[in-house]
Amino acid sequence: MDALLNEFSVGLFIWQTLLFVGLIFLLKIFAWKPILNAVEEREEGIRKSLEGAERAKQEMQNLKSDNEKILKEARAERDTLLKEAREMKESIVSQAKEEAQLQANKLMEQAKTAIQNEKAKAITDMKNQMGELSVSIAEKVVKNELSNKDKQLQLIEQLLNEVTLN
Amino acid sequence: MLNKIYIFIAVIALFSVSNTFAQEHNEHVVKTISHDENKKHIDESTHHGEKLNLKDQIKADIKHHLQDSHDFHIWKNIGFPLPVILWDEGLHVFLSSKFHEGNGVVESNGKYYAISHGNGHIYKTDASGEIEHNEKGYETNDKPLDLSITKTVFMIMITALLMFLLFTSLAKSYTKNGGIAKGFGRLMEPIILYIRDDIAIPNIGQKEYKKYMPYLLTVFFFVWFVNLFGLTPLGINITGNIAITFTLAIITYLITTFTAKKDYWKHIFWMPGVPTPMKFVLAPIELLGTLIKPFSLMIRLYANMKAGHVVLMSIIGLMFVFKSWIGSPLSFGLAFALSLLELLVAALQAYIFTMLSALYFGAASEEHEHH
Repeated sequence: MDALLNEFSVGLFIWQTLLFVGLIFLLKIFAWKPILNAVEEREEGIRKSLEGAERAKQEMQNLKSDNEKILKEARAERDTLLKEAREMKESIVSQAKEEAQLQANKLMEQAKTAIQNEKAKAITDMKNQMGELSVSIAEKVVKNELSNKDKQLQLIEQLLNEVTLN
Repeated sequence: MLNKIYIFIAVIALFSVSNTFAQEHNEHVVKTISHDENKKHIDESTHHGEKLNLKDQIKADIKHHLQDSHDFHIWKNIGFPLPVILWDEGLHVFLSSKFHEGNGVVESNGKYYAISHGNGHIYKTDASGEIEHNEKGYETNDKPLDLSITKTVFMIMITALLMFLLFTSLAKSYTKNGGIAKGFGRLMEPIILYIRDDIAIPNIGQKEYKKYMPYLLTVFFFVWFVNLFGLTPLGINITGNIAITFTLAIITYLITTFTAKKDYWKHIFWMPGVPTPMKFVLAPIELLGTLIKPFSLMIRLYANMKAGHVVLMSIIGLMFVFKSWIGSPLSFGLAFALSLLELLVAALQAYIFTMLSALYFGAASEEHEHH
């Protein structure tokens, strides 16, 4: 301890205090403050840029997923449209078929009726002609039969018998 | 808990340091007395005697190197005198070269001054230049207030100037270069960031660290640069000077004390969480601790740098003592290895000083919310 005290120089202490404290203040104003501020600013800048990049990445991802969603929706819509079209086509075709069937049936029906009518007319016609024919035949037969008087009387008699029976 | 450990270490350091210095000093006294006689006998000595003289001369050289000096000595006779400024009932200013004229006594305004060989300080003497020593070998003459620009002061000025130029140029390069450092100062940027991120913020805290940064940065770079200058062949031993480390330690102490919050004092005088009788026991210990902390800072830096210089110079001196093909290269290699180690120590001591200062500031500005 004595050795330390013997070595201690008051002048050196005063000089060192003056110079060192002066140095602290000078460096504080002209060096440390601007240096630390610049470094902090830079760090802040880096931090912000990194955050920005992260955000951009996130946005990009969102955009991508949005696109995908839209694409998916479009695809789905297309599919439904196609399906609807197919259904519509099918329904139209079946409807048309039905209608055609109906029409055909109707036509057939009409044809049948017409044929029936024609047939009935023809039958009536034939009946009439056959009636006329049979009447004329009967006239001729009767004319022929009743040419002699005996036969005429015989017939009348027969006929009269039949009437009484009725 | 940490405080107690520091006190313990400081007390041990204190005892060990004072012991070694006491021993060392006793040897010095013998040497300084015999020093001048040895020089006279150097021509007429025998071979054996010459070897002894060489050893003594090396010891004297080491001792001279460790001391502050009023001359700037570079190599053999090359160097320049520095101004001596004394305050002794008036201002006395003259060049240190005046001490080398005549018998080492300088007369200024009717007063006589001489430099002691013991510690290199200037003492008031009579016309004969006699310096009295007490039984322990310490000078008993009165000292004038010595405000001389000594070698140490000169080098501090140069260091301060270099630091100022280096760091202002670094600061300017930021604004010029859009926030990116350029030039030599750029090398210092990672260190500045290291001090901020790994010393100041963890020890002091995000909220308070900013106001301590100027001191922490200045003290780190100052101690580091000055330690490095000490390793140049110029060999200026600045931080191995007790007045320098005392100044640094006392500034740390003053900053700690004047920025201390209520909690700091509460923990010293009325330690929370211990029984009341213990509070009375702890208060003086804690109070002593506040003084021992900067004291340990002072001794640690001083002793480390001084010891480094002593060992390094002793090993360099051994080269000349051995004068053999084996011993000299061996001690050269050892000196080289030790120089590398000293480079590490130079940075390490600056780091430790800054780190511990930050730790003390942290304790002072800490606020506890849960008491």
